[in-house]
Amino acid sequence: MATPISRRTVLGLAAGVPLSLAFSACGTSGPGGGGGGATYWFLSGPPQEGIRQGAVDRFNKANPDTKITTSTFLNDPYKTKIKTAIGAGQAPTIIWGWGGGGLRTWAKAGQVDDLTSWFDQNPKVKDKLIPSSFGPATIDGKIYAMPCETVEPIVLYYNKKVFDDVGVEPPQSWDDIMALVPKFNAKNIAPFSLGGQSRWTNMMWLEFLFDRIGGSEVFQAVFDGEKDAWSNPAAITALTKMQDLIKAKGFIEGFSSITADSNADQALLYTGKAAMMLHGSWSYGILKEQGGDFVSGGSLGYMNFPPVEGGTGDPSDTVGNPGQYLAISSKASAEQKDIAKKFFTSGVLDDTEVKDWIDSGGVPILKGTQAELESSQNADFVSFIYDVASKAKVFAQSWDQALSPTAAETLLDNIVKLFQLSISPQQFADNLNAVIGK
Amino acid sequence: MTAPAAHARRRGRHGVLPWLVAPALVFFVGFAVIPLIGVFLLSFTTWDGLGAIQPSGVDSWRAVLADPGLPHAIWITFLVMLASWAVQTPLSILLGTFLAGNQRYRAALAVVYVIPLLLSSAAIAITYKALLDPNFGLGAGLGIEFLSQDWLGRPALAFSLVVFVVSWQFIPFHSLIYQGGVRQIPQSLYEAAAIDGAGRVRQFFSITLPQLKYTIITSSTLMVAGSLTFFDLIFVLTEGGPGDATRVLALEMYKEGFQANLMGPASAIAVILVLVGLALALLLRRLGGKDATQSQFEGA
Repeated sequence: MATPISRRTVLGLAAGVPLSLAFSACGTSGPGGGGGGATYWFLSGPPQEGIRQGAVDRFNKANPDTKITTSTFLNDPYKTKIKTAIGAGQAPTIIWGWGGGGLRTWAKAGQVDDLTSWFDQNPKVKDKLIPSSFGPATIDGKIYAMPCETVEPIVLYYNKKVFDDVGVEPPQSWDDIMALVPKFNAKNIAPFSLGGQSRWTNMMWLEFLFDRIGGSEVFQAVFDGEKDAWSNPAAITALTKMQDLIKAKGFIEGFSSITADSNADQALLYTGKAAMMLHGSWSYGILKEQGGDFVSGGSLGYMNFPPVEGGTGDPSDTVGNPGQYLAISSKASAEQKDIAKKFFTSGVLDDTEVKDWIDSGGVPILKGTQAELESSQNADFVSFIYDVASKAKVFAQSWDQALSPTAAETLLDNIVKLFQLSISPQQFADNLNAVIGK
Repeated sequence: MTAPAAHARRRGRHGVLPWLVAPALVFFVGFAVIPLIGVFLLSFTTWDGLGAIQPSGVDSWRAVLADPGLPHAIWITFLVMLASWAVQTPLSILLGTFLAGNQRYRAALAVVYVIPLLLSSAAIAITYKALLDPNFGLGAGLGIEFLSQDWLGRPALAFSLVVFVVSWQFIPFHSLIYQGGVRQIPQSLYEAAAIDGAGRVRQFFSITLPQLKYTIITSSTLMVAGSLTFFDLIFVLTEGGPGDATRVLALEMYKEGFQANLMGPASAIAVILVLVGLALALLLRRLGGKDATQSQFEGA
């Protein structure tokens, strides 16, 4: 008798995917992290991963009885992983994140501890940090996370060598950018590198165009949940200009299949295949570590995003991450929470970590570091970032982090379509107006 | 069906035979039926995966059915299914027939052909992604202009690539099935055909292919049901992109549930996925005739 292919097998196959969904639905109980010490998840990738691990290693060495175990993840997978883990009650003790909308959903669900009173009792910890870094950690007046690491505005990087070869000057305005595009394309150099598959990479462009054209209040209205906020004329202008740049072949061909997690977008800049790149300040560390003599040889240029002709936004404004954030899982044991708080007090941004961040080109969110910044090997870059961050009239948080995950997903989805030119600015606005306040 | 077999079945009804199915049944209920009921119930709720689960009637269903993304995802799912079936089936039959021969070199090749089956989908996807990177991939590295296309950045190319990689991964598996099928065809049929003067091509179309009818149905069912669950490969390779050019139903469900935190609508999509899968499985059984699971081989 031939082996029958039964309905059961088919049903099992067909049910395979829904299973994973149901599993996470079932696992709502269980201890966070497991016995013994505390757990801590954060992002992988050089040079940041080593600095984070270093801080934990020093803490573990100093406190052999209360150790922290770490796990690392790539940026994009981490965003999903951490959400699922928290929902399943399997979150690590210390949850690394970006604050904002994501933290808000965790706080609303009671999955992370309110740290307001702890900060009140430990003013030393609170007062050493830049006050503005607490913004994305604060939900309805309560602090739910410890700001950490570095301030990360998004800046415009360029390859000086490529500019010299082509014989052009860095752009001072949007019109300059549009004028540069054909010049680079004529030499077979992509004007801009872009890791478009990661989606948030495209978003950085819109963040600046919205701000430069209509000011920070355009996105603020979206954030505040105002009806039809995306239909603001400034928003439509920004979206149209965005598509103009794409139509003019402003970005590397094939950008929509490049991921930022692979650092291929960075490689395009330091190999000279692309002339410019809009990216977070963390890129400096990557360019320095992976780009050979690109940074040390003085080929890297950087500037704040230039103004747009006729725009009303303040050219000092910037967007990015005002800091990174460590929350404590409410499901962790009392012992684990104590370890986490001890780490916040003595481990986070200790002298060595501060030095490591500065050496990698980062600006720690600590007060009074100017002297250290100026004397560091990356003095020019870190002073520049410090200036951008501290002189910004408005330092807006990245949109996808500021909004709720639901709205952020629709936003990122539509940004990709906008960049593919498969929807018009008006359709983009309509699609997003539908999820305002969700 | 011969008499002894029927006799065995009758005896089994009162004996140990029904119990043999118990382990499979336990797994099936535990890992398919119960989660399925859970997902079905979840589709009538609002849940962000973190907080409390709120019953919300048919809100999720309404949202899912009104979303233009759903028909698109179903369309893409069917396209992937059809295209990967159309690519895999002829190649698998040919390879399977080839491998069914007893020559030494064919046995050696069979080992090589099976290799893609040993690799995980994620590893395959990451490898292809790296190889096909337009700026740093194989094409750029070797200076071959043709390979330096924007493979994953253009909707049609990305879709074709997904079908190609899926086929590359699963043709070995289906070749094995066909190899077994071909080896079961009685040699006497070929001998008779040879006497009648039929060449190899004629033998293939007049004996091998008709005799493989039920193997084709088996293999097609596996392909069709399997293609509904393509997720890992597409997720790693294109993440459904560019835009939504390769966003199949399973990916749509994942994005809705785990990226947008909308577990209710995601569950509704999951239910749709199950229904589509069941409908297809039933359809394929119908196509195969009433006795699709019975062998027509003599003596088998």
